Amino acid sequence: MVSFAPTEEQQMIVDSVHDFAQEQLRSIMREADETGEIPRDIIQTGWGLGIVPANIPEEYGGFASEHSALTGALVAETLAWGDLSSALYITSPLSVAIPILLGGTEEQKVEYLPRFTGEEFVPATAALLEPRITYDPLELDTKAVKDGDVYLLNGVKAYVPIAADAAMMLVWANENGKTQGFLVDMSAQGLQIGEREKNMGIKGLPTYKVTLKDVHVSPKCKLGGEQGVDFTKILNYSRIALAAMAVGVAKGAYEYALNYAKERETFGAPIATRQAIAFMLAEMCTDIDGARLLVWEAAWRMDQGKEASREVRLAKTFCDDMALMVTDRAVQILGGHGYIRDHPVELWLRNARSFAVLDGLGMV
Amino acid sequence: MIDFTLPESIAQQVSMAQMAAEHIMRPKSRYYDEHEHEIPWDFIYAMWPMMAEQGRKDLEALKKPKDTGDNGKPKRPKTTNMRLIHIIEALSWGDAGIYLNLPSGQLAAAAIQAAGTPEQQQRFLPRFAGDKPTWGGMCMTEPQCGSDTSAIRTTAKREDGHWVINGTKIYVTSGSRALRDSNGLVVVWATIDPTAGRAGMRPFVVEAGTPGVSIIKLENKMGIRASDTAMIVFEDVKIPLDNILGKPDVERTSQDEGFKGAMKTFDATRPAVAASALGIARAAIEYVKEVLKKEENIDIRYHLARHKLTAAERDVIDMEAMHKAAWLLTQKAAWLMDQGLPNTLEASECKVKAGEAVTKITQKAVEILGPLGYSRDYLVEKWMRDAKINDIFEGTGQINRLVIARRILGYTSKELR
Repeated sequence: MVSFAPTEEQQMIVDSVHDFAQEQLRSIMREADETGEIPRDIIQTGWGLGIVPANIPEEYGGFASEHSALTGALVAETLAWGDLSSALYITSPLSVAIPILLGGTEEQKVEYLPRFTGEEFVPATAALLEPRITYDPLELDTKAVKDGDVYLLNGVKAYVPIAADAAMMLVWANENGKTQGFLVDMSAQGLQIGEREKNMGIKGLPTYKVTLKDVHVSPKCKLGGEQGVDFTKILNYSRIALAAMAVGVAKGAYEYALNYAKERETFGAPIATRQAIAFMLAEMCTDIDGARLLVWEAAWRMDQGKEASREVRLAKTFCDDMALMVTDRAVQILGGHGYIRDHPVELWLRNARSFAVLDGLGMV
Repeated sequence: MIDFTLPESIAQQVSMAQMAAEHIMRPKSRYYDEHEHEIPWDFIYAMWPMMAEQGRKDLEALKKPKDTGDNGKPKRPKTTNMRLIHIIEALSWGDAGIYLNLPSGQLAAAAIQAAGTPEQQQRFLPRFAGDKPTWGGMCMTEPQCGSDTSAIRTTAKREDGHWVINGTKIYVTSGSRALRDSNGLVVVWATIDPTAGRAGMRPFVVEAGTPGVSIIKLENKMGIRASDTAMIVFEDVKIPLDNILGKPDVERTSQDEGFKGAMKTFDATRPAVAASALGIARAAIEYVKEVLKKEENIDIRYHLARHKLTAAERDVIDMEAMHKAAWLLTQKAAWLMDQGLPNTLEASECKVKAGEAVTKITQKAVEILGPLGYSRDYLVEKWMRDAKINDIFEGTGQINRLVIARRILGYTSKELR
């Protein structure tokens, strides 16, 4: 039966994440962007919300009855509404945990998943993106080659979140034309964490270039064992999470622009009473609502176990464009003020630019 | 729980509608486009038994006392609007102009159901469940006012135990079907007090055969040519006092009751128009994909990195994304209505998005298909012409943007004009 009402449980989760996003993430958002640092206690408090263990089944120490892409999308939108850098930082461990949950062998699940259920934030990250204009997550340049008893990994990764502090890293590499995941020992020879990257936006999130030179990985650390994983399916989870985050960022910018337009006066009346501004706001609101429903439907299909690549692509395409349109208009509505860093809209525009570019960056 | 599963009963009706669309409507699509003002009786008679059955059900439902849900039984959620938009979408995929010939009370019956007394409902509605195809129409727009509905000049005066109506109405969808081609009726919006503005607006029922009513023109249109669009003159038209829907007195304190009644029906009709638009959009998208596959062996590669897609694939993906966003917004607006929740914002959102989406999608479809798209040997150019009306009737895209903006900003119509 068609319904657009989240469950009570989902609503409770969203409400608690929203409180955290409003009270804590919003208060550090600008400073994190300026200094590049998200305070440690914010990350820890975010971890304390239980977002990560909520995805891990009880048998592995978590408290999930089932992993739901839809619930994940609701959480992702709300976190990103608070601050995108923090959202990506706090959920970074999921970019290791969820691929293990979805594609790991039983031994891998037993070995790794309980590590994500403790009190302390687990600095885990995934290395997927590569520094080239033809980057394609389904056709990676980083190669994995079986050499006797081990895999040898070679290549260069970029935009690897929190790599310098990482305790666990899942490296995605091309094995005979297929993207496969490898859990790399942080102390492995040939693994080199480069300088922190300097990015246009999401500046609170430290990202790094990572170089792999003949890095040895044991076959038991290949995700899914000998046969590996269906990466397209895993990538869908990442894409839908990022699409949900795009909705969150856009919503924040829209709300700010709407409130500003009601306050700011020109020629003796608030600019919101002018159709040129009011129509922009109406279109922003409409596209945000439409985008959210695309995310929900795609996530729902995934939860139903239905093929969802098409729906995910449609949602991702729409959300990427929508977030850019909405945040750009938010800057436009604030005019000169929108360009000044005293207001957050320029930050949201810089952040929104990441979505269409950084395919596969996060996971929820 | 968030869910996108269509109930089985609706899914069955939709597949029947889809079959009618494919076998009865599509084959005649071009014919009725090129023979404007001919009546698609084949479609009308094929649909009539189903529509009459629905009319009987509606009548029965109106006779029953309102289900308040406190009779101990759990209240069954309504699916009326969800069902309606799905059927309209499927039929419009067949042909949006022919679809508008569905023999039913249409907007007039909706107004009578919403604002009529039980006695009025039993007097006016049985004709839509009778033994002949019968239509209803809504007379709102006038030559000098369209979106600005409160500026209507048609008057209704109380004289000698009658209402006397004078005025000219244009763009009456199915006006000819209602008054000339069947023994139907129209609902006419008129003012009972021209000095009262919106507060004086009232709907009146005028039945076919009433002296003084004349259809003076059937419009020639860009698209949806199978649908009749009438200009109707009312000259000293006398109707019984009891043909007014709502109160006969102007209460200045009643806050534009008449006008609000008119606006309220949009909450249901805008998702319906959006659904029709999206039926056309789906037809265009499916056809483009079919031709790309057949002629160029192109399958859309949804999983591929964007930079590896061809321009045609990118276009199709953008079209599909726009279409799906609008369709989900439409479903949400209908769902809210079925739940008895306010949906004015969502009804306008889906109308804006669907009107815009179908316009862009069909224009793009013509472009992608190139010389085939522009040729009248195929239906794509027709769909582009049919599409455009959806950004205009039941509130233009601009009026609906105003409605949305007022809602989100908390402004009245005086504060945001």
